Amino acid sequence: MSEDIFQGYKGDALETLKKYNTRVWGQAEVDTTRGRFFGTILPRSENDDDKHIVMKIPTGYNVGIDIRTITGMKETGYKKANYKIPEKQFPTTPGLPHVKLFGTGGTIASRLDYRTGAVIPAFSPGELYGAVPELADICNLDTEKLFAVFSENMGPKQYIGLAKAIGKEIEQGIDGIVVGHGTDTLHHTGAALTFMCQNLPVPVVLVGSQRSSDRPSSDAALNLMHAMKAAGQSDIAEVMVCMFGPTSDEYGLLHKGTRVRKMHSSYRSTFRTIGDTPLAMINRNTISPIHKTYNKRRNDRKVNILPYYSDEVTMLYYYPGMKPDTLDALTDAGYRGVIIVGTGLGHVNKELYPAIERAHAKGVHMFMTLQTIWGYVHMFVYDTGRDMMAKGIIPTGNMLPEVAFIKLSWVLGQTDDPAEVKRLMLTPVNDEITPREPYNGYLVYQGGVPEVEDFIRKVHK
Amino acid sequence: MDFSFDPKANYEATKQSAGYVNRREATQESYDRIGFMSGLEVHQQLLTKEKLFCHCPAGLYNKHSDFDAEIIRHMRPTLSELGEYDGTALMEFKTRKEIIYRIKNETACTYEVDDTPPFPIDREALGIAIEISLLSKLNIVGEVHITRKQYLDGSIPTGFQRTAIIGVEGEIPLKNKTIRLIQLSIEEDSCREISDIGHVRIYKTDRLGMPLIETVTYPDCVNPDEVMEACNYIRFLNRSTGKVRSGIGAGRQDVNVSCKGGTRVEIKGVAHTRWIPELTHVEAFRQWSLLLLRDELKKRFPSHKEWRISHNSLAGMDLGLTYGPLAKAIGENQAVMAVKLPGFKGALSHFTQPGNMFANEISDRLKVIACLEKPNMVHTESFDQEVSAESWQMIGKLLSAKKDDALIIIWGPQTDMKTALEVIEERCLMAFEGVPNETRKSFPDGTTIFERVLPGADRMYPDTDSAPIPLEDEYINSLKKNIPTEVVERYQQLKKWQVPEDTYTYIFSKNYFPLVERIVNELHIDPRFLGCFVGHRLKNLMGKQKKSQQFRVEKIYDLFAYLVKNQLDPSLAWPMLTELIAHPRMDFDSVLASIKFKRFSKEEILGKIPYLEEKFAPIRRKEGEHHKTNWMMGQLRMMATGNIALNYLANQIK
Repeated sequence: MSEDIFQGYKGDALETLKKYNTRVWGQAEVDTTRGRFFGTILPRSENDDDKHIVMKIPTGYNVGIDIRTITGMKETGYKKANYKIPEKQFPTTPGLPHVKLFGTGGTIASRLDYRTGAVIPAFSPGELYGAVPELADICNLDTEKLFAVFSENMGPKQYIGLAKAIGKEIEQGIDGIVVGHGTDTLHHTGAALTFMCQNLPVPVVLVGSQRSSDRPSSDAALNLMHAMKAAGQSDIAEVMVCMFGPTSDEYGLLHKGTRVRKMHSSYRSTFRTIGDTPLAMINRNTISPIHKTYNKRRNDRKVNILPYYSDEVTMLYYYPGMKPDTLDALTDAGYRGVIIVGTGLGHVNKELYPAIERAHAKGVHMFMTLQTIWGYVHMFVYDTGRDMMAKGIIPTGNMLPEVAFIKLSWVLGQTDDPAEVKRLMLTPVNDEITPREPYNGYLVYQGGVPEVEDFIRKVHK
Repeated sequence: MDFSFDPKANYEATKQSAGYVNRREATQESYDRIGFMSGLEVHQQLLTKEKLFCHCPAGLYNKHSDFDAEIIRHMRPTLSELGEYDGTALMEFKTRKEIIYRIKNETACTYEVDDTPPFPIDREALGIAIEISLLSKLNIVGEVHITRKQYLDGSIPTGFQRTAIIGVEGEIPLKNKTIRLIQLSIEEDSCREISDIGHVRIYKTDRLGMPLIETVTYPDCVNPDEVMEACNYIRFLNRSTGKVRSGIGAGRQDVNVSCKGGTRVEIKGVAHTRWIPELTHVEAFRQWSLLLLRDELKKRFPSHKEWRISHNSLAGMDLGLTYGPLAKAIGENQAVMAVKLPGFKGALSHFTQPGNMFANEISDRLKVIACLEKPNMVHTESFDQEVSAESWQMIGKLLSAKKDDALIIIWGPQTDMKTALEVIEERCLMAFEGVPNETRKSFPDGTTIFERVLPGADRMYPDTDSAPIPLEDEYINSLKKNIPTEVVERYQQLKKWQVPEDTYTYIFSKNYFPLVERIVNELHIDPRFLGCFVGHRLKNLMGKQKKSQQFRVEKIYDLFAYLVKNQLDPSLAWPMLTELIAHPRMDFDSVLASIKFKRFSKEEILGKIPYLEEKFAPIRRKEGEHHKTNWMMGQLRMMATGNIALNYLANQIK
């Protein structure tokens, strides 16, 4: 295929470039009714309009020229940019643990793309070393790019692929595994891997970044260092998410894959352990466990890979006034499992009852989780709850809605027997349901309260 | 080692060979000889309600100690879209600074601390920037593209400044020439630095994100006074819109200077225009001197590729080092390192700026890049001879120093020594090339010190969080209706009115021209009198005004309107203004009462003349008619002021 010399340009803007014989990366003089402009023609984002041409002027800035003002244009030179992270051989240091980094895409390792004007994944051990040389002091690194998808496009295929790849690495004797991942669905993948990779002998650490690595203030480098350290050096052999504890560049937190949730659209410290305290704190020098018990690292290679998944599971987020036809529609569409996200202690309105009965009769597995995110489903407290249980809805304790969704998908990938489904759902693999909630798990600090303000002033947040 | 060498004499000799003269003695020939060239980047905060990319209020400031939380960040260099690391980026990374931001709830949201992507650009700010671009005769872009400009010093928590070009290729008229403009950009202002000690730099975020424009000129100025004139013009132009902020820090400029064969050096953050001439003068000669040093070094080392420093730790040695800071470092078991600069005799004491020599260039970089607090070095050509000849002798032996070598001793934390040695070698190697590309910080005495490596275009890349903003002709035309008359036309108007020139700066810098014009046009007050009233009287009284007094200058219109309406002479405004500024809420009748004004008719006043003439005759001591006139004016001034024009009275007395 011949090279696209008008990258991203379409319609009138494309015609203008063609008319004046000017290419992307060409240096051009453009005369307009607003005066003369000089610079290098840049590719245009495909989502932008066809009325402007983008140029990089000699001072390094980009400007757009309105094609309707153009009276003349001349290409005076051509210089194609070459965007490349300096690639260096990742050094091998005897004595350091061997860590495998799986790339899935996302912003942990990324670069700019002119076509869309957005950040796209880019991944290789050499690039990574070029960007974060400190990694070589933590471990010996090997990387493998499994997929190149954004976080929101991660799904069953990727979960299964990852689980199998992890199993293979462990068999081959790796000391720890890091999975680079976009942050949006990091907690879904954390749950999926917990269920699919059981009896882990080594840590599996999921990591991402909230500020893309193309910016100086990115959290990517520190997150990667923390994750590599957790994977290579910690003795916590569980699936964990490793992300910033506070927004400051100070320490990270290790969260259980089944108890973690993204809680802010853009904050660095967006991941929080829900219904519990995090597993451990981590900085560049030390890992300090917060949990007293966890699965310890082992020397054997006896991992249990269970790569099952059904895509016939859905979620129903309840709202006041919800009509039964919503659930009916899901039942009729052939969904075999529904995670209901109910209000308060786990409730929906009475109007839904016929639809629930109908779904139950058709063999749909229904489980109750909570919109409050924090706390347990308590369906015995009110009549409504008892009614619903009688109609086939099973409460899931303090399992998070997204975790319940992933788990039911995993369970229905293995069995359709109602008793077995219920048994598997309610038997925790790794704390997705906990018997007790510690008093210091739920502490939501509200700004404005004098004691909290005082705390925030003293402690870096 | 050569101890007969006299560094002071060398300093003076190199100063002389550079042809350095005081600015007052310098002529255009002095500047032409060294090829003086200078341009400006004038920053101006815009008067908007909110910040540029978030909804925090603009213009609220807090004290250093007044903060609600602290956040820590580190900055790492990233690639520009053209695939290269920027020089500054690498330098800042070397310094390994811990950046602390002090934030205050009222003035910072999650955007300031880079935990939320930007909100759409503030439209009020964009409109003002376009108006000023139109006034600056710039070609307005068709589409505004927000660009990220890397700043790894931490002055912006994201590590980049969001900035966008509004127009390119404009011009401003000076008295004798036209200065071309490269571009005007709109950008978010940076944090204010609280301190920078060792590896910790502290900022506060109150100013961060405020809308700012930057007007960049070509290096068209050929002498220091021209640079100041251009700077004033741009500032006055900005202020003529009435839509920009004033006060300390609201307007700042970076001044670019080079000499023939030199390099563009940027003097950052010059707070006062009046500092510009001295700064540019000194900088041009600093560059010229560095070029002479280069020529001298090249003579000594035709090829400097192999030139290297060598060093030796002085830890645990008894070398009789008694100089305070050095002895203290030894006592604290810090690293102490002797460095040999082969063939550099005379280079360290080479003149660079008044009171500064080449050794200072090394010391400044040690502070900034290696984080060694000053004093951070001593050397063999220091005037103060902090280290005795005997000690140098011993150290020289240790490093096998020869007659033409120079020696430096540095001290500080062990972990900073590697960078420190690199910094010394790097700066010395640069001396073979001439003038390093750098930004420099200014001092009121006209000298500057190293601040950062000058960043290039490599640090720019598109802001992936913002969409381009199209600027349609219709929108630009609607803004054209808002723009004021040009400053140059206003200049000419004041000249035509015969307003004294020494009032112009005050009138333009405060943007009082529209007020003056309105009073002249609507109330028909003599413009020459009014110009002096504003440019002398008002300036003088406002300078003495207490902060708590909130006199609104617009009230001057009302004052003259009152005088005209009551058929009082405009000269009465002169004494009334003092009272008005002291008591801004007092009404004009009361002001008249408090200055003890009484109404007299013209006849009453002129009627006194014969009586006074009679009275003067017996007390006259000197010949000359003007003595009589002066005395009589003195007697009648109080009575006449406000009732009749004083020059009319003077004519009547004659």
